[in-house]
Amino acid sequence: MPETTDMTAAASIDGAIARETHSRLGRLLSQQAFWVFLAAVVACVSLALATDTFATSQNLFNVTRNFAFVAIVALGMTVVIISGGIDLSVGSVLCLSAMVLAITMNAGYPLAVGAALALAVSLLVGFVNGVLIATLRIPPFVVTLGMLSIARSAAMVLSNNKMIFQFGPDEKLLFFLGGGATFGIANPVIALFVLAVVTGLVLKWTRWGTHVFAIGANERAAVLTGIAVTRVKISVYMFSALMAGVAGVLEAGWLGGVTTNLGQSMELSVIAATVIGGANLLGGAGTVFGSVVGAALIEVIRNSLILLGISTFWQGAFVGSFIVLAVAFDRIRAYRESDH
Amino acid sequence: MTALRLEGISKHFGAIHALNDVSLSLQPGEILGLMGDNGAGKSTLVKIIAGNFRPTHGRITIKDRPIVFDGPLDARQHGIEIVYQDLALCDNLTAAVNVFLGRELTRSVGPFRILDYGAMNRRAAELFKELKSETRPRDTVKSMSGGQRQAVAIARTRLSDADIVLMDEPTAAISVRQVAEVLNLIRELKRQGIAVVLISHRMPDVFAVADRIVVMRRGTKVADKPTAATSPEEITGLITGAIEHA
Repeated sequence: MPETTDMTAAASIDGAIARETHSRLGRLLSQQAFWVFLAAVVACVSLALATDTFATSQNLFNVTRNFAFVAIVALGMTVVIISGGIDLSVGSVLCLSAMVLAITMNAGYPLAVGAALALAVSLLVGFVNGVLIATLRIPPFVVTLGMLSIARSAAMVLSNNKMIFQFGPDEKLLFFLGGGATFGIANPVIALFVLAVVTGLVLKWTRWGTHVFAIGANERAAVLTGIAVTRVKISVYMFSALMAGVAGVLEAGWLGGVTTNLGQSMELSVIAATVIGGANLLGGAGTVFGSVVGAALIEVIRNSLILLGISTFWQGAFVGSFIVLAVAFDRIRAYRESDH
Repeated sequence: MTALRLEGISKHFGAIHALNDVSLSLQPGEILGLMGDNGAGKSTLVKIIAGNFRPTHGRITIKDRPIVFDGPLDARQHGIEIVYQDLALCDNLTAAVNVFLGRELTRSVGPFRILDYGAMNRRAAELFKELKSETRPRDTVKSMSGGQRQAVAIARTRLSDADIVLMDEPTAAISVRQVAEVLNLIRELKRQGIAVVLISHRMPDVFAVADRIVVMRRGTKVADKPTAATSPEEITGLITGAIEHA
């Protein structure tokens, strides 16, 4: 009976597809993002119990808004790190984007023009980064370190190193965009949520996302299988710069003024958030959820120190410990996996 | 019909003659063992067949039609697939995604094109079944044995229904049990009428599966014999030069 053999053949293929080495729970427990999420939840719950100031709506509003900027930039960094690269220029790009926006709006142009120009400049910076890295094969660390310096210098030249705090006719709109709230949630947090969901879906469900993971894991394999490695790499740095640019526009609106030290050494918090969230600096691994949770954890630590009356000078020590702990955790897991 | 025929192939890199007047032919379903010491010209020959190099002299015909390859993608479109020594796999991706890497299947959702994981998993499972491998499509490659990894790399060549598969040292650096698994994969390809060029240093493996053995030494072909008509001793002599020609 050919029909039954067909059916059993189909069933055995379905069986093969369904079978996996690790169960869903096992996979969840092996995810660094899950443990970081747990740590953040534990920190929040204990803070809510220990203080009567943490779980207030005003404090939660501030905490979420504060980490949104770092987290948005971390979305771009996550993609760069998955591809096996690094982008040190994000803090400077954020500043340059905010400055271009401020100068444009200060000259009387509407928000849409200012934002479009700011994002276009960001994309251009990312494109230059990407081309130097992907075609000239200069190490990403070097290229983006150079760009860190160049982009901030450009912001200083453009503004003559002056603070800009008047944004022309659309000023209120800009301040609402960055500093306002919709349905009680800070607008940057809503932006973060939308961008995080989009980034997560793109990484998981598009060919581009798969190619980013492939390049990070084994670039030679990516080349040999016909992936357009150069194009993907350039786009990755453009994406990172775009996220920094978006964060720059929002942060300008929140602060109500732009100075040339905006986003200074922000790249370190962003990389910290990404690494704590489980991204591997060697490439090939990282999640959007992890990076957002990593950014949240850093902010919760900072907030808790303030609320508990501990000197905020301790923040660096805590964040630093978390970075080392997160990577140590990853090494131990890799060691155990290679054991069997 | 000959799957592949090379006639008078030479390759010069400046003054260095990497290949001199090499001719060989390959029938569908034939396993050819390509042996030789390091620097004998094996990999140059393979790179010419794979379209990486253009021969300085000579002619390549596929299915009795003369061909000049314009790069590796062109060779692939003519039904030639390579399994690289390091397999060119991405550890962080699943077996199915690795099989489809660079040619992922997609489907439309509204205006977007998204990956069709279901179809890729199904097709990969079929390919693994054809290859009689226990590999599971949704497992990540990281956790796989050497034999399973080979199966993933070989399944990749089956996607495009290649007629010729070049395998570079597929049994180097894997355990004895896995070697048997890989040799079975090669026999399975033969059963499906695919011609296989097996580049290997491992004498027992070549003798176990190859129909014919070609030995290269210093850029020239010094032997081309049916496996049944030769012995490991003779092949060793040919590789080292103790036996001049056969």
